Amino acid sequence: MISRETVEHVAALARLGLTEAEIDLMQTQLSHILETIERLRDVDTSSVDPTASVIALENVLRDDVPRAPISRRAALANAPLREGDHLRVPTILEEGR
Amino acid sequence: MAAMTATGARTQYETIIGIEVHAQLRTASKMFCACPTAPPPDAADEPNTRVCPICMGMPGTLPTINRRAVELVMLTGLALDCRVETAAVRFERKNYFYPDLPKGYQISQYALPLTSNGSLEVPVPTEGGSVRIGITRAHLEEDTARLSHAGRGFSVVDFNRAGIPLMEIVTEPDLRSPAQARAYGETLRDILRYIGASNADMEAGSMRIEGNVSLRPMGDDRFGTKVEVKNLNSFRSLERAMEYEVARHAEALERGEPLRQETRGWDEGAGRTIVQRSKEEANDYRYFPEPDLPPLRPSQAWVADLRAQLPELPAARRERYETELGLSAYDAGVLTADVALAAYYDAVVEAGAAPKTAANWVTGEFSRLLNQRAADGLRADGVALAPGGLAELIAAVESGSVSGTNAKAVLGRTFASGESPLAVIEAEGLGQVSDAGLIGREVEAVLAEFTSQVAEYRSGKTQLYGFLVGQVMKRTAGRADARLVNDELRRRLDEGA
Repeated sequence: MISRETVEHVAALARLGLTEAEIDLMQTQLSHILETIERLRDVDTSSVDPTASVIALENVLRDDVPRAPISRRAALANAPLREGDHLRVPTILEEGR
Repeated sequence: MAAMTATGARTQYETIIGIEVHAQLRTASKMFCACPTAPPPDAADEPNTRVCPICMGMPGTLPTINRRAVELVMLTGLALDCRVETAAVRFERKNYFYPDLPKGYQISQYALPLTSNGSLEVPVPTEGGSVRIGITRAHLEEDTARLSHAGRGFSVVDFNRAGIPLMEIVTEPDLRSPAQARAYGETLRDILRYIGASNADMEAGSMRIEGNVSLRPMGDDRFGTKVEVKNLNSFRSLERAMEYEVARHAEALERGEPLRQETRGWDEGAGRTIVQRSKEEANDYRYFPEPDLPPLRPSQAWVADLRAQLPELPAARRERYETELGLSAYDAGVLTADVALAAYYDAVVEAGAAPKTAANWVTGEFSRLLNQRAADGLRADGVALAPGGLAELIAAVESGSVSGTNAKAVLGRTFASGESPLAVIEAEGLGQVSDAGLIGREVEAVLAEFTSQVAEYRSGKTQLYGFLVGQVMKRTAGRADARLVNDELRRRLDEGA
């Protein structure tokens, strides 16, 4: 069983506000997911190379040639809030990254 | 700085600094989409005009890798003596939520960067020597959008910057003073410009620096608590911020107060750092391999090809100027600091000018003219006068066929026009007069005209000598060979005394 603190930490990273009841629920559900994933350890993978991608391609590169961007009108069309030519978002005082 | 000068009862501390640099790569298009990285020439940079569904993180879009960006990171790795990975390179998702990151993750590199394990020799003039700094890695990622805080409870986002190729270069904790940190930043900037990887302009934001600093008692081999300092807008800010942190840490350690591992921002006006937030652990970014990009395996041939393209680096050029061409460390430094100026200088020497004389002209009058037009963005490679023309002019001064003063005037004119200096000297009659007979007649004429000054000179008022020389130069329109005028005037004045 993962701890409540872990659930709260993961929720904070995902910017999710969970109620006490939801934390209980997530604690149970996330623990079940992890237990299921744990079972993969039983498979013998000693003869399999670590695989990060199943795409049967490599070195797919694009030449550095710019193409016309979309219009600003189209770019901002779906924005819930606008401020002039910008998207408008809530100010988050903590600096990012 | 208490930490460096501490004596007596106080503990002596060692400063440990590591540097992270982010540099925007000089590509025409973005990292994972084909949006342009800059507005068209002469057009204003309007917000949200260089964007597309990919760099705005719209659902269902897929990234593609910009070949040139990969090459520029590999070139940088080669310039920094790094190992360039040819087996397996991987892009990974760095997950965090912030309004400058449209996808909710940044495509970056973590476990398998393009280049790693290098080093850079950094001259530190203020400490009278140089230090070798280990380079942990140089990897490729994408820039974030530009977020402006409106100060009215909301912020605004411009996605033009989102997805511009960004290179992160990380050092080992090898720097031992704020001065070394600054010298490292400046040395790295010069290299990035030399190899054309980045404009590396701190003020314009195409180069950003973060300093990680900690202190430990001298002789200790464990690291102390580390603080990361951001918001450094110049190399001077970097040095000042590091000095501030060194003093702050030393004070806290002396008082036995705990230091927190945190990120602090430099406040240039107040000259101090302010807590920004508690530092997250790398775990919190939940890195995992980017499933939307196929693996990258740069071939040995590709790496070899890039190695062959690597130009002479600033340190090697400075060394060549000092040892092979006999220039002073100062001149070598001034010339190599600007890759275009150094190339121009090389061409002047190539065209036959004596290296030291050529250095005097290029760092002197030529640079003065260049600086006058710096606001127009003029660089040495945009000067109309060909390097061969300057070599010609220098040769004319050396042979005495034009005076130094007139040569400067000729340079001033041909610099912008591109005319041949010799043709201008010829056409304007600026050639130096070395005809002893003619100079003798002009001296004679001056002595005849200014009899009272000559008498005063002979009775001991020797400061009038300069006046008499000036009169001869005036009669010859500045063309008379000053040495001959001098000889002739002295001889005649002494004769009559």
